[in-house]
Amino acid sequence: MSARGKHFLGVGLEIAVPIALLVIWGVLSAGSKTYYFPPLTDIFTAFKDNWLFERVSSDVVPSLTRMFAGFGIAIVVGISAGLLFGLSRRARIAADPILEFLRAIPPPALLPFAILVFGVGNGMKIFIIALVCLWPILLNTIDGVNSVDPTLRETAYMYGIPWRDRIWGVMLPAASPQIFAGIRTSLSLALILMVISEMVASTNGIGYFVLQSQRTFAIPEMWSGIFLLGILGYVFNAGFGLIEKRVLRWHRGARASALG
Amino acid sequence: MAASARPRLPDWLLPWLSVLGVLVLFDVLPRIGVLPEAHFPPISKTLGTLFDQLSVSEFWNAVGDTVQGWALGLLVAAALAIPLGILIGSSGLLYRSVRGVIEFLRPIPSVALIPLAILIYGSGIKSVVFLAAFAAFWQLIVQVLYGVQDVDPVATDTARSFGLSRPQRLLRVTLPSSVPYIATGLRLASAVSLILTVTAELVIGSSGLGKEISQARSGGDVQLMYALIIATGVLGLVLNLVFVQAERRVLRWHPSQRRAAT
Repeated sequence: MSARGKHFLGVGLEIAVPIALLVIWGVLSAGSKTYYFPPLTDIFTAFKDNWLFERVSSDVVPSLTRMFAGFGIAIVVGISAGLLFGLSRRARIAADPILEFLRAIPPPALLPFAILVFGVGNGMKIFIIALVCLWPILLNTIDGVNSVDPTLRETAYMYGIPWRDRIWGVMLPAASPQIFAGIRTSLSLALILMVISEMVASTNGIGYFVLQSQRTFAIPEMWSGIFLLGILGYVFNAGFGLIEKRVLRWHRGARASALG
Repeated sequence: MAASARPRLPDWLLPWLSVLGVLVLFDVLPRIGVLPEAHFPPISKTLGTLFDQLSVSEFWNAVGDTVQGWALGLLVAAALAIPLGILIGSSGLLYRSVRGVIEFLRPIPSVALIPLAILIYGSGIKSVVFLAAFAAFWQLIVQVLYGVQDVDPVATDTARSFGLSRPQRLLRVTLPSSVPYIATGLRLASAVSLILTVTAELVIGSSGLGKEISQARSGGDVQLMYALIIATGVLGLVLNLVFVQAERRVLRWHPSQRRAAT
């Protein structure tokens, strides 16, 4: 087969296999009497009834607001603190054991702490999402700033560029590929913590809905919520990939030309 | 110059000083009332509680349950992801056909499956292992796939021309050269497995540290809650250290192998 033909076959398979799996699921589950695995069509009906667009304002919007509020705080705090620790070697050495320990705590273990301090409202959820998303962004920013080419750093210094411009124009762009890697990790963490925090203590939200559906044995509804979370995870990941590609286009271009 | 005249603290002292500083801060601030003592007990009391716990058998049972959930989850994930990853990664067409499925399933937050796990497996260890294994599986298989794709084609071709059969090539060329990736994958999967174990204990109420933390909070025993959170952090630190050390050994072998080859 020609390389071109092989490429098209590959792309075709990449699209066809997931569709085929979904069709197989639909056929196998049609008329299913198994309680836990209702027919796929029932799940789709439940999905349409709940998420298009009945519960969008009551559950999806509160969930996503909390998630992006926490995520946004983590980005701002993570990058600013990361710059500070990245620029000062001694601050980095001093903070290292504390950061390592806080990072090692499994995030959900901090949830009871957040409930204790902030109660069960939105503040608690935003706090826990921000706290957990902070570490990947912070550590990646420290690494990124720290590994900026010293020649670049010193050249900017020698040309007398003011420190504020050096940070915005030199350090942050040079560290941005690594910062983006950290933000990408945090994005999936944000979704996970959004779900967990709503499962533990909430009166609305997608995580609350899914667990509540299971407790009331509304199985197709439960599945529809799982589907929605899967779709959200996929869409966020893909959307972030697009943003990253756009923002870091110069980086890929520079790398490609350097490699010749 | 002023900067050089001022005595500077040596670098090795800094981490100790900062740890000490944080401990003192969190001991003094609650005592003088800057932080509410009901929410932040002085750290010395919390550490005292933690020390007392070390001689309590329930504490060690909880640690044992958490470690068990973590280990079984990681084991199941490894037993599935490593063979599957090598198989899928070494066949171009197979890789292309499942890549879309993996890319779609991987970002699904595994916690979304908590209700399903409760339905099928109840609130015991099976639910914990299912969730931990599911989450760890994706971390691991992605790394294994990278590793397999990164095998030096010259090595594969050489093995082929020496008449090694396909299974032999997988075992003797593909597997060893993807070991560094698998090691990284195992380290990431270990962290994820622990996170999901604690989550399951917290949300479902399976026995373990997560459940104890949650109960300490609802029972109003704030010192115990902090002590257990610290204990969980230490557990995470220890498990991570084990994997970092193991990985270092593996990687020490790897570049030496490469140097001998060139």
